Amino acid sequence: MMEKKKRKGFSGETLYKIFIYVVLAALALSILVPVAWVFMASVKQNSEFYGDPWSLPLGVHLQNFADAWGEARMGDYMLNSVIVTALGLALLLVVALPAAYVLSRFKFKTRKFFNVCFMGGLFINVNYIVVPIFLMFVNGDRFLTQTVGSGFFVNNLFMVALVYASTALPFTIYLLSGYFSTLPVAYEEAAYVDGASYFRTMTRIIMPMAKPSIITVILFNFLSFWNEYIISMTLLTDPGSKTLPVGLMNLMKSQNAAAQYGQMYAGLVLVMLPTLILYICVQKKLTQGMTLGGLKG
Amino acid sequence: MDHQKGRGRFIFLCLFPAVLLFFIFMIIPTFDVFRMSLFKWGGYSNTQTFVGLQNFEKLMSDGKFWHSMQNTILLIVVVTIVTFSLSLLFAGILSREKIRGQNFFRIVFYIPNILSVVVIAAIFSAIYDAKHGLLNSLVGQEIYWLGSKDLVIWALIIAMVWQAIGYYMVMYMASMASIPESIYESANLEGAGRVRQFFQITIPLIWTNIRTTLTFFIISTINLSFLFVKAMTNGNPNGASHVFLSYMYEQAYTNSSYGYGMAIGVIVFLFSFALSGIVNAVTKREPLEF
Repeated sequence: MMEKKKRKGFSGETLYKIFIYVVLAALALSILVPVAWVFMASVKQNSEFYGDPWSLPLGVHLQNFADAWGEARMGDYMLNSVIVTALGLALLLVVALPAAYVLSRFKFKTRKFFNVCFMGGLFINVNYIVVPIFLMFVNGDRFLTQTVGSGFFVNNLFMVALVYASTALPFTIYLLSGYFSTLPVAYEEAAYVDGASYFRTMTRIIMPMAKPSIITVILFNFLSFWNEYIISMTLLTDPGSKTLPVGLMNLMKSQNAAAQYGQMYAGLVLVMLPTLILYICVQKKLTQGMTLGGLKG
Repeated sequence: MDHQKGRGRFIFLCLFPAVLLFFIFMIIPTFDVFRMSLFKWGGYSNTQTFVGLQNFEKLMSDGKFWHSMQNTILLIVVVTIVTFSLSLLFAGILSREKIRGQNFFRIVFYIPNILSVVVIAAIFSAIYDAKHGLLNSLVGQEIYWLGSKDLVIWALIIAMVWQAIGYYMVMYMASMASIPESIYESANLEGAGRVRQFFQITIPLIWTNIRTTLTFFIISTINLSFLFVKAMTNGNPNGASHVFLSYMYEQAYTNSSYGYGMAIGVIVFLFSFALSGIVNAVTKREPLEF
């Protein structure tokens, strides 16, 4: 059909161009309109939600944000999310960087075995294993309460960060190893000749060179830790230790009962704003990095 | 070399933490899924009784499980076909045509991918809301998109496609970028039109990438459908929107029958592996070089 248009010459070509723009604009609008609508809804008063949903807000009702932050405890949840995400990223980097370095640049007997293990880990999704992890923690706590008198594992932000870091290991090691193995060996040889230790060579020579891929790793895992909610919902049951997405889910549920629409949309903005800002700053890196080997899910 | 002696220790120290964490939080729980599926276990009570394959037998006659399987398969098929065609089409347009604001479109299409599924669920709840929803105000009717057992799964499909298009589009664009321009130039000289170029040059040349993404589609639809269902409908109305993993989660937690839940997990595990294997075998072609 389009071939025919092309032969007809200029008008067919123009028609085709128009068609393309219409399709592209339609998809862009289907994404931008709902997101913009949430921002708009977050400054509406509750009474405005009973009318036409497309109406513009009557004023900027910032009280919604104060309510979400204080009353609905989104402030506390934000802090929890920041702690879990930062801690998870730190743990992940400290553990994954040396492992990826050794696995990609040293030759030793068990190397192949470990590489295969971590590759296999790519297929294990947290959604399957969240139940056993939860039970492991419950049992650990039961044991601790009997012996020491208090539990440790459930409702502990550190443990959630540790689970995040551990389950992100296969993908992170896979990504980093791929990058490390492209670096020339000459760098290390020169460092050894100069008398640098293995550790020093790794931290001072290789890590700085691997900066681009480390940034990619941080970006991807920031998004997945910040947005994650199945693990945190399962392992953090205490109202005070929830993370933002779980807090938002609670707001969604209570919103239906108490009709606190404005508060909920303000909470929604609080959850997505950090990721949106980050994305706008680094969108190029993110979409490029994804092609290095993206597995999501 | 003197380095030789410290070498083994260095390797060990670097590898040990990662292997330990991987073992504790991934290997053991994975084995636990399989082990627990053979037990009848209430969870909090520490009474585990070995029941062999009884959980699986019970599963075979569990109508709700079959319903969740139906939903999952429907989601995999429809979400894959729709997302695949649209993202391939958009990738083709954005990488082959000279378009103003190309960068803008790429950035916008990828936005849903950086949002938490909870955020997407909240957005779509606002869209689907029966009384004050964006969709119904356009339609002019009061339709219960999430409250009807026939519509709810389609409502989920739309949300999932919305979320996934940008991700796959960026992926296809990346591999399309590596096709040399000269091939298209000679096709132009021979008079091959856009559509023909798309089907006879672009698609065959990125076939390896397409195959990989098909496996992604299967695995991620199984996982993401759980996240969407959990945040958007929680299986409602009346269990009609349950998918594999959401039903597993419900059995394990709400119903506190961990062994039974894990038996579902085992089936899903095997199902996703088998399906990926089949798709991989069916789509096998001689890779084309360029």
